[in-house]
Amino acid sequence: MYDFDFVKPGSIDGAVKALAAEDAIPLAGGQTLLPSMKQRLNAPSVMVSLRGIPELQGVCRDGDVLVVGAATTHARVATEAAAEYPGLAALAGQIGDPAVRAMGTIGGSLANNDPSACYPAGVLGSGATIVTNAREIAADDFFDGMFATALEEGEIITSVRFPIPQKAAYAKFHQPASRFALAAAFVARFAGTVRVAITGASEGGVFRWTEAEAALKESFTPEALSGLTLPAEGMIGDLHGTPDYRAHLAAVMTRRAVAAAG
Amino acid sequence: MPKDGIGASTKRREDLRFLTGNGKYTDDINLRGQAFVHFLRSDVAHGRINGIDTTVAADMPGVLRIFTAADFESAGGLPCGWQVTDKHGQPMQEPKHPILAEGKVRHVGDPIAAVVAETAEQARDAAEAIEVDIEELPAVIDMKAALAEGAPKVHDELTSNLCYDWGFVEENKAAVDEAFDKAAHVVSLELVNNRLVANPMEPRVAVGDYDPWGDQSTLYTTSQNPHVIRLLMGAFVLNIPEHKLRVVAPDVGGGFGSKIYHYAEEAFCTFAARALKRPVKWTCSRSEAFISDAQGRDHRTKMELALDADHNFTAIRTETYANMGAYLSTFAPSIPTWLHGTLMAGNYRTPLIYVNVKAVFTNTVPVDAYRGAGRPEATYQLERIIDKAARDLGVDPIALRRQNFIKPDQYPYQTPVAVVYDTGNYDATMDKLLEITDHAGFAARAAESANRGKLRGFGVASYIEACGIAPSNLVGQLGARAGLYESATIRVNATGSISVYTGSHSHGQGHETTFAQVVADMIGVDASTIEIHHGDTSNSPMGMGTYGSRSLAVGGSAIVRATNKVVDKAKKIAAHLLECAPEDIELKDGKFSVAGTDKSVDWSGVTLAAYVPHNYPLEDLEPGLEETAFYDPSNFTYPAGAYGCEVEIDPETGKVDIVGFAAADDFGNVVNPMIVEGQVHGGLAQGIGQALMENCVFDDSGQLLSGSFMDYAMPRADDFPGFKVDHSCNTPCTHNPLGVKGCGEAGAIGSPPAVVNAVIDALHRAGHTHVSHIDMPLTPSRVWAAMQK
Repeated sequence: MYDFDFVKPGSIDGAVKALAAEDAIPLAGGQTLLPSMKQRLNAPSVMVSLRGIPELQGVCRDGDVLVVGAATTHARVATEAAAEYPGLAALAGQIGDPAVRAMGTIGGSLANNDPSACYPAGVLGSGATIVTNAREIAADDFFDGMFATALEEGEIITSVRFPIPQKAAYAKFHQPASRFALAAAFVARFAGTVRVAITGASEGGVFRWTEAEAALKESFTPEALSGLTLPAEGMIGDLHGTPDYRAHLAAVMTRRAVAAAG
Repeated sequence: MPKDGIGASTKRREDLRFLTGNGKYTDDINLRGQAFVHFLRSDVAHGRINGIDTTVAADMPGVLRIFTAADFESAGGLPCGWQVTDKHGQPMQEPKHPILAEGKVRHVGDPIAAVVAETAEQARDAAEAIEVDIEELPAVIDMKAALAEGAPKVHDELTSNLCYDWGFVEENKAAVDEAFDKAAHVVSLELVNNRLVANPMEPRVAVGDYDPWGDQSTLYTTSQNPHVIRLLMGAFVLNIPEHKLRVVAPDVGGGFGSKIYHYAEEAFCTFAARALKRPVKWTCSRSEAFISDAQGRDHRTKMELALDADHNFTAIRTETYANMGAYLSTFAPSIPTWLHGTLMAGNYRTPLIYVNVKAVFTNTVPVDAYRGAGRPEATYQLERIIDKAARDLGVDPIALRRQNFIKPDQYPYQTPVAVVYDTGNYDATMDKLLEITDHAGFAARAAESANRGKLRGFGVASYIEACGIAPSNLVGQLGARAGLYESATIRVNATGSISVYTGSHSHGQGHETTFAQVVADMIGVDASTIEIHHGDTSNSPMGMGTYGSRSLAVGGSAIVRATNKVVDKAKKIAAHLLECAPEDIELKDGKFSVAGTDKSVDWSGVTLAAYVPHNYPLEDLEPGLEETAFYDPSNFTYPAGAYGCEVEIDPETGKVDIVGFAAADDFGNVVNPMIVEGQVHGGLAQGIGQALMENCVFDDSGQLLSGSFMDYAMPRADDFPGFKVDHSCNTPCTHNPLGVKGCGEAGAIGSPPAVVNAVIDALHRAGHTHVSHIDMPLTPSRVWAAMQK
């Protein structure tokens, strides 16, 4: 790790100001950033911790919406969202391992937008809204390809607003080494609409499977998806799975998520 | 028998310090004035070094000195401890293995320069500032491509990338070919034995120290065999005689073979400490371990089995390409030859066997022994092809095995591949396996799995291994440049407590407990009065260390022999004290008594007399009670057994779940059943890991694709079911005093074919009869792809 300065502001304004410094970088849970810094692949001048800002913490209900503070850990969401939005809580409870869930945060995961991460599927599949210090961004406009998002330089996520669906579930197939998603599907049924988001599979990162959404809108059953396939083109091919396999697996996980949502 | 004697499941005394974080590992050693080294390693697999510019780096904060190959002109290369002779009687090609790259880099991770600085971070900062002008050369990664005409050469001075082309037994080749011509059935299979990264929990560490006033060098290192390191490094690399060189391997957190070898970093730290007159420390990171620890396996084999019309095995013929990597690691040439070809008879009466092995240099990390070392590769080939033969012939794979087993009345059994099995009973372990796996209930379990949409399968594998390595005169004839005896000193203290110094080394095996049980049992004293010392060349006799499941069979035998010497002398002292002839003295439960009388003296009475010899036969006997013994085995030991695996496959995803695994082993006599069971568990985890998950993969340019735990799939506890382990069927070894065979590697040897056989069984039961084989690891992606064809 290279030398850097560390600041831990107590307010969103303080964080935004600190991030204005050249090569400053926000630190949320650090589950991706710190390993990359230890490998000397990342060398910020200033690390701005977001862990000391009370407004970024916690899970609360606001009408039909569940609001999750950006610096809320996966472990907290797994517990505190369980009653209001069990599908999302179950997703959070499957991320990484207990150590990762105790430190990693929703805001950090979304800002990083790892193509194999779990939260992007939950957020896109829920049609959530990402709230930043500057604006609100619809999930459909937020994810911008592998490790890329709509966030501007210095912009920080403050919370995520999840419309609560009637039913939702996440089905994840582990990459055997990392236990990230080799392919995973989040499905959510709302009044009059269904959303399906796939993570782990595509070179473009998380995406909506609109054909599946249309079929499930007609009939929210696994059978409604029979015969529907995803093209292998554009899927990730690596040590752990070919594009063909990932395309197939994404469809299997979607059917299983629908079955699990009941 | 004392309560912690032979046969007791005594809890491991070393675990208290290990589990509470109080072990003393090499990285816990920090010496006054210590400096730190960082190695600048090649990021290309093959390249010519046109220049190394250290001017900027040398002026950076804290930098003490930067070393390159030029600093090691007076030093030798890292030696290879085994010379293999090829099928034409010629010695293998043996390239130099420099401490720092000379002229060329030959694999990603090859060390180019070393920066020694006041802190580890400063050394790393400066290493980044070194400018290396490397002209990248085409890399050879695939073994067959490496042997093609005109392939780039890993070592320019060699004639090709072929290290050796070995035939075993070459004289039998014509007879084997003839048997294949006459065979009623010939079964063949092409197999990959996947390359593995050992990944011990503790990465390697070395601390070099130098005392200029006594001209004494000390190396603290994560080694399985400190005496071997002292010999190799002192005599061949740095020219330091043994009396000026001490090597200490303190607590070591796992080795699995990867800590046997003499590595460049050890020689570097010892050399640099002398040059700088300061201690120099290197701590390997996990990422660095992936490209600098010797790796395991990596064979590609064509295997053929000939059978007669009655399904008796008549001949075996194999052709294997074995990857050596870029340099010969310490024992690399012996693994695919003498530790592999000699096991090709397995548990069976196959009269004719021919094994051909082509060892190949490639631009990859060196490969050497890894838990099992050659024997897993032999077992995998045999046990896979027997299953395929059974399937092709439409017979039960267990019955086919039984029909060809060597039978209990055939020992000693001379195999056609040099080794002579002393004892065994393979039907007994197979019977036990089928009992503990509830084989009879399989059909019902398979039906229940089918109800849940899962495919269930069952596979078995028998195995045999040659352990307790090894008779020195035999291995000397086979090309070993070392003896393979073991040593022990028993130092009885004046008050009766006992300090045992063993040449074996414990890095997780529990020797401190087991060896104490042996001595306690022999003398009849409480094990708590016995301390086991190991790992320091300054206080233990020359020993060869721990690998090849040899510690109890060879090291334990040395301890028995030294203890017998102690007891013999103690009886003489007791006879003097009791005024009788030594022949009349009996030792039982720590007490010497005169046979047929009530006269006795206890253990501590004798030991005190030995050190306070007031009433002592000084004219006939030296004072003191301390004996050293060396033990050189007369044969290998042959642990064997039967393993059974039950799997459930998710047909939609291809994911294989191990739903049952059982091991019925014959380890001969067992000193501590709990420790043996733990050793089997660990071996199974590694063997099943190889079968389903672990794979070390380089891309075509030689970059390591599985260079971290994000891509190298290390098994976790929840990847396994509870294992059923049995070692009640034992045929004691006939030629060592404890009758023990060794248990450390069995799990990793017998399990991979059992897993693969179970998966193929499940697929066939489900109608995927076109799938005759899937190469390890059987990842979900591979299993699913096999089902689609």
